[in-house]
Amino acid sequence: MELLPVGRHAVLVEVGSPDAAVSLATWARARALARDVVPGATTVLLDGLTEELSDRDALGRTLEPWRPGAVEPGPLVELSVTYDGPDLDDVAERWGCDRDEVARRHTATELVAAFCGFAPGFAYLSGLEVEVPRLATPRTRVPAGSVGLAGRWCGVYPTDSPGGWRIIGHTDAVLWDARRDPPALLMPGIRVRFVAR
Amino acid sequence: MNLEVVEVGASVLVQDGGRPGWAHLGVPRSGALDAPAAALANRLVGNGSDEACLEVLMGGLAVTADTGVWVAATGARCQAAVDGRAVAFGEAVRLPAGAMLRLGRPEGGLRSYVAFGGGLAVEPVLGSRSTDTLGRIGPPPVRAGDRLPIGQAVGSPPGADTPRPPTAGPLRLDPGPRADRIAGDVLDLLCHTAYVVSPDSDRVGLRLEGDALPLARTDELPSEGIVLGAVQVPPDGRPVVFLADHPTTGGYPVVAVVDPDDLWQCAQLRPGETVAFTRGARR
Repeated sequence: MELLPVGRHAVLVEVGSPDAAVSLATWARARALARDVVPGATTVLLDGLTEELSDRDALGRTLEPWRPGAVEPGPLVELSVTYDGPDLDDVAERWGCDRDEVARRHTATELVAAFCGFAPGFAYLSGLEVEVPRLATPRTRVPAGSVGLAGRWCGVYPTDSPGGWRIIGHTDAVLWDARRDPPALLMPGIRVRFVAR
Repeated sequence: MNLEVVEVGASVLVQDGGRPGWAHLGVPRSGALDAPAAALANRLVGNGSDEACLEVLMGGLAVTADTGVWVAATGARCQAAVDGRAVAFGEAVRLPAGAMLRLGRPEGGLRSYVAFGGGLAVEPVLGSRSTDTLGRIGPPPVRAGDRLPIGQAVGSPPGADTPRPPTAGPLRLDPGPRADRIAGDVLDLLCHTAYVVSPDSDRVGLRLEGDALPLARTDELPSEGIVLGAVQVPPDGRPVVFLADHPTTGGYPVVAVVDPDDLWQCAQLRPGETVAFTRGARR
């Protein structure tokens, strides 16, 4: 664990993996250590720290009791997916298999929402064993509910937006609703299993 | 009680104190870009500092209200008039029912703030009435013909005893997490480079033109959380100061952070104007 300076009221904690970042973020949120607890791919940003905890030595002592395994796994969300995306054949070719096998591999693994970004409610899901590169040229419009892959990450577009991930299918689940509490279906720590329909 | 919007200029947005606390869901904080100016306008009309007001880019606003209401304009100084008669800028002014308030183009700066006694009472989203231009959360941008509800005034103008806005100066920089991605002492380099505001600047970020910073590595970082005021360096080496509608996570290195108390100046810098940095107190 490494604590890096981020201006006057924030510290970036480097923990090395998405699982550790989710764990530390969950642990820090439960203790209300900062106004914003923002996990990244391998880090946790603690933003809006008190004057006392803005001191990295003091924060380091506060984080001392945390261990990566100390946090219970989050709740499981199942997402029903129709595997009919415009990039399904392309992904199948890259993986050297057919369309059904892409769906089988995608549904075989339980993923975890590691962190959010790009758009409200867009979660980066970790845990895939296979990978694909981003599109060289992003699409100008990707419909809400599109299930995409980029690198080893999987994500579901919460709203219509531009996007460069390879789309393998779509879900009818509502990923983002600002009037719902919580507004995001896939928050950091939520476990996700895709189910073919 | 309603505000009727008759004319808008380049951009008029509803802004309040923003919606911090949702960054982990990918929701930008948003809120008034020149926060001290918005807070002053609110206090002048007897509101709490964080009530919703109008953020007016380059003037050109005309509004009427269906009931008499206190108004105050702050931020970028411009001609203000009620029914064609000049009124004070930076003070509470009574706008009678049906009278027209107009703001001209500012002489300097970019963003003026107009607060109304009782505050704008548009529907809040996640605890804030701010328009988030990146995440598209909150009310849509204000357009001519819009009717915006005004809340019930709880206070009255306090007179001249309210603190005035801070004075401008170089933007103070504190260390960022990825300073080692730049070859050399990045704070020194930032403090000794002549930067000019790019016309691509917006509520997401103040984009700077000037000598490119020498990147020691150009591979992308795993995405990590970003703070308000973060100085991010994309592969072209030209820094961006992230403002209220900044993305919550990103993969380019943050090498320094602008002191929160100086960020209001970024709301008022016009394209082509120079930006100077200086070292902050933190090490």
